[in-house]
Amino acid sequence: MSYDAWILLIGSLVGITCGVTGAILVLRKMAMIADAISHTVLLGIVLAFFVTQSLNGLPMLIGAAIVGVLTAVMVQALDSSGVQSDAAIGVVFTSLFALGVVLISFIGDNVHLDVNHALMGEIAFTPWDTLIINGNSYGPVAVWMLGGVLLFNLTLILLFYKEIKISTFDPAMAISIGVPVMFIHYMLMTMVSFSTVASFDSVGAILVVAMLIVPGATAYLLTDRFGMMLILSGGIGALSAFLGYGMALTFNVSISGSMAVATGLIFTATFMLSPKHGMVAKWLRRKQLQQEQQKVSA
Amino acid sequence: MENLLYLLSNANTQWVLMGSLILGFASGVIGSFVLLKKQSLIGDAMAHATLPGVCLAFLVIGEKSTPIFLIGAAVTGLISTYLIQAIVKHSRIKTDAAIGVVLSVSFGLGIVLLTYITQNTSGDKSGIDEFIFGQAASMVRSDIQVIAVGSVVILLVSTLFFKELKVSIFDPLYAKGIGLPVNLLNGVLMALVVGIVVVGIQMVGVVLIAALLITPPLAARYWTDQLGRMSFLAGIIGALSGVFGTLISTIGNGLPTGPLIVLCASVIFLISLLLGTRKGLITKVVRHA
Repeated sequence: MSYDAWILLIGSLVGITCGVTGAILVLRKMAMIADAISHTVLLGIVLAFFVTQSLNGLPMLIGAAIVGVLTAVMVQALDSSGVQSDAAIGVVFTSLFALGVVLISFIGDNVHLDVNHALMGEIAFTPWDTLIINGNSYGPVAVWMLGGVLLFNLTLILLFYKEIKISTFDPAMAISIGVPVMFIHYMLMTMVSFSTVASFDSVGAILVVAMLIVPGATAYLLTDRFGMMLILSGGIGALSAFLGYGMALTFNVSISGSMAVATGLIFTATFMLSPKHGMVAKWLRRKQLQQEQQKVSA
Repeated sequence: MENLLYLLSNANTQWVLMGSLILGFASGVIGSFVLLKKQSLIGDAMAHATLPGVCLAFLVIGEKSTPIFLIGAAVTGLISTYLIQAIVKHSRIKTDAAIGVVLSVSFGLGIVLLTYITQNTSGDKSGIDEFIFGQAASMVRSDIQVIAVGSVVILLVSTLFFKELKVSIFDPLYAKGIGLPVNLLNGVLMALVVGIVVVGIQMVGVVLIAALLITPPLAARYWTDQLGRMSFLAGIIGALSGVFGTLISTIGNGLPTGPLIVLCASVIFLISLLLGTRKGLITKVVRHA
């Protein structure tokens, strides 16, 4: 496969993985928890590095999952002790992220882990970092990580589809019919942490947020059906990756930044033009209504 | 220790410490209002959105100039709050997702502009990327003056309108009833928040400046119920965090200033959470026992 094809594949995998998971969070009004977790996994990655002294995929996934779930637990704990939820999110993620950034500056220059990399990612280098077993190369590590996490997330979503759906739209009803609501909550938080750390190398901690929230919010403006929204959100994530890569090549700028901007462009277009929830459609409907009223009164 | 004394006698360090003290105090005070208004994360979005503003300002004038950078930052910061409100008002997207959309896309745009500047323009562009995490060590006296003057003005305005702001946040209906311009006061508070974010990004950085608005007031909340005392206490906590964070960053040669200031605030928050006289966890247990 050519270099461009690998980048597009990796970008699309980030878009689909984050898009599908993020759509659920948007529906559950937990978009900012996604923001928080994608900041704090940095701490998990740094701690995993201190323990294993390597940037190996699996320990990083575990470290990120632990800190990700810890973030959710801490926010929940502060929330239930009476701190308003957005302030709780704010204090938890800024503390853990700051700790991660400070710890990272103790790591030597010879290790491929620094703050800029953590923020912006280095998708341009990922195709060369290949998985080598017994001397045979099996393609970029990022593809295997992202593919694995995508498969993991999809399996969980399909297995618990009904439970996720009910606990999202009607938590009270879900509890009353015995759905393990807390389990679903922390399962989703784990999925977010996994998606974040797998995407980390390619788009960086902060731009993961764009892929987690914006495609989901866009899909929310396009459909009223849960399953459809997940599919659309994943598709929009992948589309953003393509569009973003094109823009990055054209203007010679950051690839991950362009992908985030691309999600914003698609969101803006949808915000204006969505057939049901778009500004133009709403304006036309209002106009029509006015005309009909005038006809009636005339 | 000698090293520390040497640093403290350095004029530039003294200036920077003074700046971080005033900035920390002002942000604690303003943050108390923001906390009561439940808009903590809007400050975060605004802070991220200042990055493209700084970059655009550089692209327009083509050289480093702190005042112009800060004007650019203020403009895009304000636009971002407007966009969040517009998205919530004109669509069915909820506030948290709207904040997330604006925050992440504008930060992405900032990164794009940053790479465009480093790759496609000439001239001195060093220091622009320090806006991301803040670097007190590289600040010069004029930068500190901007911070000090900005913070003092912000403090003055908030003290002057303290009562009005308080009433309009706690009870907007009553405030309207007694003839207060509630919308205007909301605008004033927004402007104060933008002000803090803008003067603070050089020292603390766009990614974490929101913490200075969130953490000190939250810590102060564990010691008192009264807004006046709370905002004063939050100011003190903010000032302490500012001074200690900057000090550690200066001693630790190149450790990023912003994250250290935030960590200091987090430690004070943790202490308050446990020991606070109002609602501290340990205090509660002791009282029940």
